[in-house]
Amino acid sequence: MKLINPLASINKAQAALLIIALTAFASVAFAQPKSAQDAINDYRASLQDGNPADLNAARGEALWKTKAGPKNATLEACDLGLGAGKVKGAVGVLPRYFADTNKVMDAESRLVHCMVTLQGMKQEDFHARNFTSGAGQKATVIEDLVAYIYDESRGVAINVPQSHPMEKASYARGKEVFYFKGGTHDFSCATCHNQDDKRIRMQGLPNLTGPGKGSQDAFAQWPAYRVSQGGLRTMQWRMQDCLRGQRMPELQYLSQTSVDLITFMGVNAQGGKMAAPALKR
Amino acid sequence: MKKHALASVFKRYFATITVSVVGATLMVACATVDKPLNTLSVLKASFAERGPAKMDRLEQNEMQRVCSQAEMTGKAVDDKTKTRIETALYKDIPYPADGKYTGDWKLGERIAQDGTGLQFSDRIGAPSGANCYACHQIAPQEISYGTLGPSLYKYGVIRGVKDPNSKDSEAIVKYTWARLWNTHSVNLCSNMPRFGDAGILTTAQVKDVMALLLDPASPVNK
Repeated sequence: MKLINPLASINKAQAALLIIALTAFASVAFAQPKSAQDAINDYRASLQDGNPADLNAARGEALWKTKAGPKNATLEACDLGLGAGKVKGAVGVLPRYFADTNKVMDAESRLVHCMVTLQGMKQEDFHARNFTSGAGQKATVIEDLVAYIYDESRGVAINVPQSHPMEKASYARGKEVFYFKGGTHDFSCATCHNQDDKRIRMQGLPNLTGPGKGSQDAFAQWPAYRVSQGGLRTMQWRMQDCLRGQRMPELQYLSQTSVDLITFMGVNAQGGKMAAPALKR
Repeated sequence: MKKHALASVFKRYFATITVSVVGATLMVACATVDKPLNTLSVLKASFAERGPAKMDRLEQNEMQRVCSQAEMTGKAVDDKTKTRIETALYKDIPYPADGKYTGDWKLGERIAQDGTGLQFSDRIGAPSGANCYACHQIAPQEISYGTLGPSLYKYGVIRGVKDPNSKDSEAIVKYTWARLWNTHSVNLCSNMPRFGDAGILTTAQVKDVMALLLDPASPVNK
């Protein structure tokens, strides 16, 4: 855990002033759109020191070690893939195959598995509508626990395995879904993420088609604290929200397709280093 | 595709996995056998309808299917298939019955700015925007534009459109209409949505966006 920077407690009025100042700067820089982009980059860089996700991680650590659920147990015996109780480094090698469930599981699927098996929570209580907090609202237990798990793996090398046949199948399906055009708008993930140096509005788009910096950064930096949402958002949420923008139906929490997409991204991110939870727009 | 032909085999395979209690050895055996992918059935089991986004969004039309494959494999759609689908789509484009192709560019600008509509989080029946600025530069006053599509700044001027209602402009006006109504009729695997064909925009809204691009009074052509 890093020490919490006082800037993290920046209030709404201060944030509004900052946005006004930046907008003014962007207008002055009107003749050179690149400068507007620079201003946005400066703004993002200035936020990195005071990542509010540190608070989520601190709460998450306490939750991890607090007895809860019908079985009144902590999560300290949870096996995230490196053995019971080992948190550090776990998310750098997830999703991966777990023999005890005979499934490829991402970090959130495994976390929920531990909450179900160790604490006696009900699997069916974990679904799309209750794992994400409202904009600016109190974080969910899942969000805080996810922040803690990822925070423990900062700097760890990404090495998502492809040795088990089910891991290979997950990657292959993830790739097919990545290119799957559908819906009213004919969008696939690839529509926005198949080239370098493109953007939507002013937002840069990572190239996620295969190995490379785009995939490494995207995988390394999620989950993230989303300034525009005033809250920590998980990788499962990120997948669902991309597909929402694609006009697809609602991707279900912990569904096979969400795990497959995360596997596809994770394997392509080989060579990167975990840097989550990051701070995003 | 192979996938469809083997669908029933997959169903049986997954039923085995789901209900088997003592079938651990069987599952290991299945998992280690190299088998074709079951992406479509997995995909459909992973989504649920919500708001305006029903499950039929996952049913691909031919264009979506062949373009998905082409992008994934890096092998372009063969010329014969491309021409056949484009021609069929082009034939289906309805042109305005009143012969008027352009509406109000100011309303068009609003539609170009608006990115809402048809997401599972949107209200059923709420009007959609076209979100043109997400991908295109259009009017120069808007500096927050994306770069996935080409710049449309000076769209009409560059193409010599002085009066969109004149006979001189008919070809480019009709081409632009086809592009907005169903872009895949002109460029099969274009990334752009088919705003008219898919019912994203109404005919009146398409006319307003047409005006934004083609009206000499629009900031796009100043």
